[in-house]
Amino acid sequence: MSRRRVRKVGNAVALLLSAVATLIGLACLGAILWTLISRGVSGLSIALFTQMTPPPGSQGGLLNAIYGSVVMTVVGILIGAPVGILAGTYLAEYGSASRLSSIVRFVNDVLLSAPSIIVGLFVYEVLVLRMGHFSAIAGAVALAIIAIPVTVRTTEDMLRLVPQGMKDASTALGAYPWRTITSIAYPAARSGIVTGLLLAVARVSGETAPLLFTALNNQFWSKDLGAPMANLPVVIFQFALSPYKDWQQLAWSGALLITFAILVLSVIARLIVSALPGGKARR
Amino acid sequence: MAGVDAKRAARQRSGERYFHTATLAAALIVLALLGGVAVSLVHGAWPALSHFRLGFLTREVWNPVTDQFGALAPIYGTLMTSLLAMLLAVPIGFGVAVFLTELCPGWLRRPVGTAIELLAAVPSIIFGIWGLFVLAPILQRHVQPWLIEHAGVLPGIGRLFQGPPFGIGVLTAGLVLAIMVLPFIAAVMRDVFETVPDVLKESGYALGATTWEVIWQVIVPYSRVGMVGGIMLGLGRALGETMAVTFVIGNAHRVSASLLAPGTTISASIANEFTEAVGDLYTSSLIALGVLLFLITFTVIALARFLLLRLDRRALSNV
Repeated sequence: MSRRRVRKVGNAVALLLSAVATLIGLACLGAILWTLISRGVSGLSIALFTQMTPPPGSQGGLLNAIYGSVVMTVVGILIGAPVGILAGTYLAEYGSASRLSSIVRFVNDVLLSAPSIIVGLFVYEVLVLRMGHFSAIAGAVALAIIAIPVTVRTTEDMLRLVPQGMKDASTALGAYPWRTITSIAYPAARSGIVTGLLLAVARVSGETAPLLFTALNNQFWSKDLGAPMANLPVVIFQFALSPYKDWQQLAWSGALLITFAILVLSVIARLIVSALPGGKARR
Repeated sequence: MAGVDAKRAARQRSGERYFHTATLAAALIVLALLGGVAVSLVHGAWPALSHFRLGFLTREVWNPVTDQFGALAPIYGTLMTSLLAMLLAVPIGFGVAVFLTELCPGWLRRPVGTAIELLAAVPSIIFGIWGLFVLAPILQRHVQPWLIEHAGVLPGIGRLFQGPPFGIGVLTAGLVLAIMVLPFIAAVMRDVFETVPDVLKESGYALGATTWEVIWQVIVPYSRVGMVGGIMLGLGRALGETMAVTFVIGNAHRVSASLLAPGTTISASIANEFTEAVGDLYTSSLIALGVLLFLITFTVIALARFLLLRLDRRALSNV
């Protein structure tokens, strides 16, 4: 074969392989979604949303787990979002070029990818041991710690998208920086910051590892934040590994619920971002 | 009138002070979190670390009854499953990134890119049950017997593929991890590839290079640092991943030559045993595993972030 031919064939083979790689990636997503649908849909019923997690061998639902997941996610975001938004504000507006900011930014990036089970151990050490028992609030704090880095990152990025001219105009009118930030920058970056919160919700609502030894689980209905509380991920974990068919079915239905909730949240977040001026227009 | 204005000005001034302090405090909380994690973990692990000393790292024994604990098996499992995952996910992730940036028609770029990113959003516990109930049986019935028969007889590497086909084990965990980190590696590599100036690529084409030659001789050298950063970021994920691995690793505290045998990882050991651990030394040993995981992942992630620092931060906003 001539050298030219070798190069052309090599090119074709390499490009074909890259297409195959993409197909493999898409097939994995497809296979997982298909498994969830085919195994989870048959368990979808009204009872899923109206009954408690059952003892082995009987019918039941996931009401307490769904409730617990929602409560802990909401409380976690309520704790994490203010910290994340304020820290992101500091990075974008006050200390944008300072040495402290670059350290905080770096540490935040590390936290963003840190293993979530470490966060669980940390909260166990500082909260669960002190309180003497597992509790929903400990679970919520663990989720908050996971939500903070996501919020910091998006808040900073979105505030940086606000045109400097708008902020300068406010400053020229005699406004202090805090006034400019709260009255000009926040409203201008609102949809971006909301997107960050949605992404944070999507990220924490599927987290299992940090809840295993903070919120633990609870077979019964509980509204007490100071007591262990059921939650979807841990219920899925326990039920899927159990030998009981009823429990396994509930695990699949719960997995279906949680995955689609998260995928819908992620898609909505992406749609908001792509509608932003100067957002991810390149994609 | 003047009094009112002065009051207003004072309110604005104090507002500035409070707000500035609040944002600074929040930024410091982020720093304190990392420090707090390190301190509290070392504190919790101290009984085990001072009892077993360095032997904790080198001993394979894990016996709650006799209170003997060593971290060798979890460390080996963590490194081995992550290595397997990277061996699979790096080339595939590279392929996906090449496809998305150089090959894909414009209208397909967004849907395919989004699908790959959605794979990253799927919670890890879902990968776990999928791995256990779907992937493991397939491996056990079809793939592992073939591996045992054909690869198990090879000299040298044959030892990796001997023993009964359990379905679950180190190999399965590595596979599930590979699927999990694939979207992260692909997304970072794509973002890095997109930073290559068009002029460079066009110069390559103008010299008559094929698409592949431009990719391999222009794009890859230009984005080498970022690619390594992306790979390390994926590695950090793989090392610390808990739920996906816990389902399919088999939780056996031993170091087996065979990849088909059950094993354990640091995170899987903690997830499986922590709530059931009785006795201070047992709990403390598990937290000591956490310290090891923290050290390993922190090093890898910090290195990755350092390599990615020079990139435009916004180019990487979704990882």
